[in-house]
Order: sequence, then structure tokens, then C-alpha cells
Amino acid sequence: MTPLIESRALTIHRPGTTEPVLAQVDFRIRPAEIVTVVGPNGSGKSSLIRALLGHMPLASGAVTRRQGLRIGYVPQRVQLDTAIPMTVRRFLSLPVRVSDDQAEDALVRTGVPGLGARQLTQLSGGQFQRVLLARALLADPHLLVLDEPTQGLDQPGIVAFYQLIEEVRRQTGAAVLMVSHDLLVVMRSSDRVVCLNGHVCCEGTPQHVSTAPEYRALFGAGAEGTLALYQHRHDHDHDLTPHVHGPGCGHDHADRAQG
Amino acid sequence: MLDDFFMRAVLAGLGLALVAGPLGSFVVWRRMAYFGDSTAHAAILGVAMALAFEVSIYAGTLAVAVAMACLVSALVTRGQAMDTILGVLSHSALAVGLVAISFVPAARSDLSSYLFGDILAVGRADLVLIWTGAALVLAVLVLRWQRLVTSSLNEELAMAAGIDPRVERLVLSLALAVVVALAIRVVGSLLISAMLIVPAAAARTWARTPERMAAGAALIAAASVILGLWASLRLDTPAGPSIVTAAAIFFVVSQALRRA
Repeated sequence: MTPLIESRALTIHRPGTTEPVLAQVDFRIRPAEIVTVVGPNGSGKSSLIRALLGHMPLASGAVTRRQGLRIGYVPQRVQLDTAIPMTVRRFLSLPVRVSDDQAEDALVRTGVPGLGARQLTQLSGGQFQRVLLARALLADPHLLVLDEPTQGLDQPGIVAFYQLIEEVRRQTGAAVLMVSHDLLVVMRSSDRVVCLNGHVCCEGTPQHVSTAPEYRALFGAGAEGTLALYQHRHDHDHDLTPHVHGPGCGHDHADRAQG
Repeated sequence: MLDDFFMRAVLAGLGLALVAGPLGSFVVWRRMAYFGDSTAHAAILGVAMALAFEVSIYAGTLAVAVAMACLVSALVTRGQAMDTILGVLSHSALAVGLVAISFVPAARSDLSSYLFGDILAVGRADLVLIWTGAALVLAVLVLRWQRLVTSSLNEELAMAAGIDPRVERLVLSLALAVVVALAIRVVGSLLISAMLIVPAAAARTWARTPERMAAGAALIAAASVILGLWASLRLDTPAGPSIVTAAAIFFVVSQALRRA
């Protein structure tokens, strides 16, 4: 199957510098696949997404998107301004106008029926995420891209949201590419997990990744096999702590050692 | 009916109101109020240059306003804080304009007509220009409406839909420059931003969608023109400031009604 999006040796620099945010990332997502990108803050997760979508210039490498690929995108932290009045219904018609029936259908599918007349700024965090998802679905996408879709949701809200994503995939057959902090919940609903920290540390099935030493080095042993909420370890420094590669993690660090 | 100076003033004001409402809504949504100010203040420099080189006032203000709009857009991406850049440019443009105009003896005497407008002196040619320009800007806004609204709401969402937010920003900046040039006779360089922002802010109170806010702002701006001109005739007050005062009254009323 042709990948929907594929990157080869993708490298991105911090704007205005030659400091790499991401180095040599090979990535692909195939139709109907759920891929989750995990990694600590500043590991380049959002940059990877934006580069794959073509919103960010590459320093080197290449990104290929399948011809005619329709993407439904839910960006990280949509800052809403009270300055612009906007009902949910009107929002669903941006930038492509949809009929009232289509709009309500999408809201029903994402579990927030009847919200059409509400102002966007009056929605709860969970409702707003579902409205964003509804809007993304209206494009009838081949690929849904969700950047930290559950920020600001509580634990039951997070679980419910990922159940919804799985359901959407079942119904529409759309592939899903997510960035997430909610490690365990997200990993259970993924086909493949990519662990990122400036480069691809490890990738594979959720089981594989959760037992990989790189993953544990990044997220701590406590992240494995428990439902404890993930806490980022701010003292971890990937560059100063060379990690050991687990089986099947076939990348090397030569490029970094030289640089 | 066009023989009557008052009628011409009303028509000129309405032409401006029609476009100032929707464009002003974008100014409010995108927090470009100060941006409008700096473009408008630069218009004084345009007047000075137009008089010095003996070209049309509209051409002079348009050229300088466009240059200003481009300059601001370029500087903003350089990392200075937006409000600092605009604070520097807005007041420098006004000061330089006032200095420049002092070298043009012809303009010295009616400086205040450029600062506060001289709507009662609007002629037929002005009317044609104002309505043509307003229709042009309105047409651009209507044609690009979905794109403009999407990128005003959220640039990431716009980019995901294949819209380049930089293009939309440039379109709005240029539209703003055109409207500033049109408005210099009507309300003058100091009050143009008020004409853009005050009606839109008043309309925000009731509006539930961007379209209603834009339409409401146009209506309130139109009502302000009529009320302001009527008051200026009855009370012998300056026309431009009277129009803006009327808009300010609408704003206060809209806020008061909201509380109730």
C-alpha cells in the first residue's frame, strides 16, 4: 500500500538557527493505520506534524504526500479569541460551506449533537475538541491529524476521546496520526508508536515500544505496564545520557556524534 | 440632489460606512487597531507629498498608506513586539507628516481638514472615487470571505485547508490602505481608525456570527454618518468628529443594553 505521507531523512532546524529540532526522521503512515508520536516536551513532535503537513520548511530531507490526499487536522491548542463571534454551526462551514444536515451529522458522530447554535467560546474543553474533530471529519479525510487532542481534558474525558477516535477510524477507514502525552491510553489504541526525542528513538507496536529501553529511558520505568498518569521527567537529557538500543530498533547515532 | 453639499456629504459618508463596517470587523478580530492607526497617520505624510508633487491627494495617501502597510508587515516578522513597532511607526509617521506638511505653504492653512476630514467639501469626483474604491474593497472582501474569516480565526486551521495566512494578511493590509486613502476627506487621518473600530466594537455585542457582526458594523457606521452629519448641521460642530461621536454613542448604548 502506498503510504499516505512519507518522510525521508527529514531534518528541521529551529527557525533562524542551524540547531536541529529534528534530525534524519524516516516516517510513514499507511491507509487506516493509527500512528501515535510520543516524546517529551520539546522533542519535536509538533514540528514533525507541521513538517509532514507542509506548514514548515525542511532543512533537508523530503516529505511525500499521496496525490489528492485529504487531511482533517486538529491543531494543538486552538487559541480562541472572544473578539470574533462564531457559532459551532458557522465554524463547521469554515472554510468549506456544508449543509445543516452534514453539520449536524458530524456533531452526532463526535457525540456532541445539538451544539450548533452555541458560541465556540462557551464550549467546555471536551466539547470543543469534539467540535474540532467534527469539523475535521467534514472534509471526508483519508487522514486525521491530531496534535495533542486531549490537552486540558480529565482522565475519563481522555479515555472517551480515544474511544471516539477508534470508532471514527472503524466507521470511516481514515488513518489517524496523533501526537500525545497520554502515553498508556493512547498506546493501547495505536497500531504503531513512534517515540521521538529530536530523532526517532524507537518505533513499533505499543508492546514493543513500551518495553524498549529507549522508551523507558525517556519516560521512566514507571510508565511501563501501569495506568499511572504520565509525568515528564525534566531532568532527563537525551544528549548527555547515551541510551542503549533495544532489539529491532534499527537506527544509529552517527549523524549526531559527528555533528 | 448631488448639487447639495449636504447630500454629497451623506453619500460620501455612507460609501465609507459600507466598507468600514466589514473591514473594521477584521481589524477588531485580528487586533489590528494600532495597525490601522499607523497606516492612517502615515496618510498625513501622503497628503504632504501629494501637495508638494501636485498629484491627487488620494494617490498620495494611497501610496504612502500602502508603503506603510508593507513596512509594518515586514517589521512584524523581524521579532520586535508588534505594539512597539506600531507605536514607533504610528507616531513617527504622524510627526514626519506634520513636519513635511509645514514645508508646503498651501497645505498649512487647511491642515485641520486633513487631520479631521472635510466631508462638507466633498465634490462629485470625490464621490465617484469613494464609491468606486469602497465597492472594490467590498468585492475583494466578499470574494475572499471564507478564507479571510478562517485565517482570522486560526492560522493553523487555515494552513491545513491550504490557505496561506500571509496572503490574507496582505490582502487586509492593502484593503486597509485603500480605505484610509478614501476616508481622508471624510473623517480625516486622525479619526479613520475610529470609523473602523468603533462601529465594529458596537456590533460585536449582539453578533453571533462574523457575517452579522460585519453587517451590523456597516449599519451602525451608516447610522453614525447620518446622525453625525445631522448633528453637525444643527449644532454647527465639525462633521468628522461628530460622526465618530455618534458611533461612540452607539457603542456606549450597545454596552449598556448588554448589561441589562
